[in-house]
Amino acid sequence: MTQAAAPTTGDARTALEARARAMLDRGPAWLAAHRRGALERFAARGFPTTRDEDWKYTSLQPLARAAWTRPAPPDLARAREALGRLRLHLSGGLTLVLVDGIPVPELSVLPPGLAGISIRRLAEAAVARPEFVEPYLARVAAGGDRPLADLATACFEDGLYLHARRGTCLPVPVEVIHLTMTAGAAVFPRTLVVAEPESRITVVEHHVGLTDAPYATLPVVEVAVGRNAAVEHVLWQDDAASAVHAATVAVRQDRDSRFASHVLTLGAGLARNDLGVGLAGEGAECTLDGLYLVFGSRHADHHTRVDHWKPHGTSRELYKGVLDGQATGVFNGKVVVHPGAQKTDAQQANHNLLLSPDATADTKPELEIYADDVKCAHGATVGRLEEERLFYLRSRGLPEQAARDLLLRAFARDVTDRISIEAVRARLDRWMTERLPALAGREEGA
Amino acid sequence: MLEIVGLRARVGGKEILRGVDLTVRAGEVHAIMGPNGSGKSTLAGVLAGRETYEVAGGTVTLDGKDLLGLAPEERSWAGVFLGFQYPVEIPGVTNATFLRAALNARRRRRGEPELDAVDFLALVRRKMKALEMDEAFLHRSLNEGFSGGEKKRNEILQMTLLEPRLALLDETDSGLDIDALRVVAGGVNALRAPDRAIVLVTHYQRLLDYVAPDRVHVLSQGRIVLSGGPELAKELEKKGYGWLQTAGTAGAPARS
Repeated sequence: MTQAAAPTTGDARTALEARARAMLDRGPAWLAAHRRGALERFAARGFPTTRDEDWKYTSLQPLARAAWTRPAPPDLARAREALGRLRLHLSGGLTLVLVDGIPVPELSVLPPGLAGISIRRLAEAAVARPEFVEPYLARVAAGGDRPLADLATACFEDGLYLHARRGTCLPVPVEVIHLTMTAGAAVFPRTLVVAEPESRITVVEHHVGLTDAPYATLPVVEVAVGRNAAVEHVLWQDDAASAVHAATVAVRQDRDSRFASHVLTLGAGLARNDLGVGLAGEGAECTLDGLYLVFGSRHADHHTRVDHWKPHGTSRELYKGVLDGQATGVFNGKVVVHPGAQKTDAQQANHNLLLSPDATADTKPELEIYADDVKCAHGATVGRLEEERLFYLRSRGLPEQAARDLLLRAFARDVTDRISIEAVRARLDRWMTERLPALAGREEGA
Repeated sequence: MLEIVGLRARVGGKEILRGVDLTVRAGEVHAIMGPNGSGKSTLAGVLAGRETYEVAGGTVTLDGKDLLGLAPEERSWAGVFLGFQYPVEIPGVTNATFLRAALNARRRRRGEPELDAVDFLALVRRKMKALEMDEAFLHRSLNEGFSGGEKKRNEILQMTLLEPRLALLDETDSGLDIDALRVVAGGVNALRAPDRAIVLVTHYQRLLDYVAPDRVHVLSQGRIVLSGGPELAKELEKKGYGWLQTAGTAGAPARS
């Protein structure tokens, strides 16, 4: 995938299970029990293979076949230098920085006077605030067959705890920058967001690699959205081209709550996102948007699952992908309307644009409906850039590359427009301006 | 100004243009008429650089400069403008973004400073007013959901903004009601200038009631089989194209 040296070829399972065993007694007893259970499940099951239905189109060989190491102590000077250009610099904004999955307070920016918001290291919150952490940590992301989340639960050392107290509306987004710096390491960033009733919080999690050598990052994000609360979450993945990024995002929503997710998959050689939302209270609403720009010989797989458990729930989902070179994209969107979830309104769409004859996209909607008074719709397309559109723009004097870029942006536009944070939209726009011409069709490995 | 000699072109292996000769001088308006399938749209497309057509022979020059070797955008920079028979819808690109990008692409090529948003808006508003277009068009996605008449007006708007040397209008009059036709024709007439050539490709005489051509040509089976003054259009209106088919196949020399 790149020129950089791969970590020692070996067995990730052996290396990571050993690491998990060393973590078994860390934290309070309830957490240790989760770790033990997660490790037992993973040890019995191992990494998924393409024989597993949910992994049919995504081979985890690049993850499974390397003896990933523990991260080294961070080089703060280098991190600080990178943060200068990575930070969104929102006025009055706060930036929390994790290096290789571990919070680094010296690099973070926390303005004073954040009433109603509690921000802590997760390991510390698990001890100090068990009443808020125990009900959610390793529980929101539990259930079903989730080997990678299990592995992460068994291995993670620390993470971030964000808590909005009842009625608190945080006016600026919480910016979280996850830097991976150790070549050859496996890292397990962990985030827990607890939004109490009537609160409102926006979290932008930005994943970036500061090494060109392969690494593996397996983030787990758990979000509990209280009654009538609102959470907006951006997972902005710009990991290194040689990296494996396999994220699990799990959300539980109470009555009348709103959750908006924006997944931006721009990097990583192998990217897999599992996003699961449980609408556990009546009248809850979620919006799941995703944009994946996949070039060269990269692979990006997005699996989403929405469980409608209660009546009057709404889910809206729009994922769009642009694929070039020999890139491959997978979208699998499952919507389950459970018995009794009447008046559910679920819509899902996935559209893919193939820029080269060798790029492919697999898209699969799955609807399971066990209630009779519901409205569910889905649509999926895989298409190519229309030559006639390109000719039209060129005939008006736009150079070919500019015309292609314009059409690409136009394609992505309805997803990007829905991100409420102007600074993120602007950054994404700049990313496209700088990277699209260079990436198009002639990237590494293409 | 525009010189076409022996132009032959194929689509999917089928020869559509079979030796077209045409000279258009600066300041002139020419109409190219002919029955469906005669090659009119192919001719316009080949001149603008549509890549689905394969040029099999002949030469095309604009001001002595070879056009056939140029990419579509290079032809645009050289002053060629094609008004599309079926303008393309592009969701997600606003008309304003598109128009400004097109205008500035050309200005950059000419070493002129780019227009900022304010200057651009002032210019485009003035042009839109002349075409009786609502400003709301600027903020809608390019041609998306536009009526046929709105699309054609938008083509004329682009033409007036880009101020081409050679304007090719491919069936710009098709699908227009009489009011829209009058506005579109007004836009074309306003663009008539001593240093500009306009070629109207049309199936109907109707447009020529509003835009008086200097020359009228009849294209049939891939060749120009007849050329004349404005009166030729009237004659075609009366007699139709049927009588020409035989003239074409017999290889009758074009009156010119």
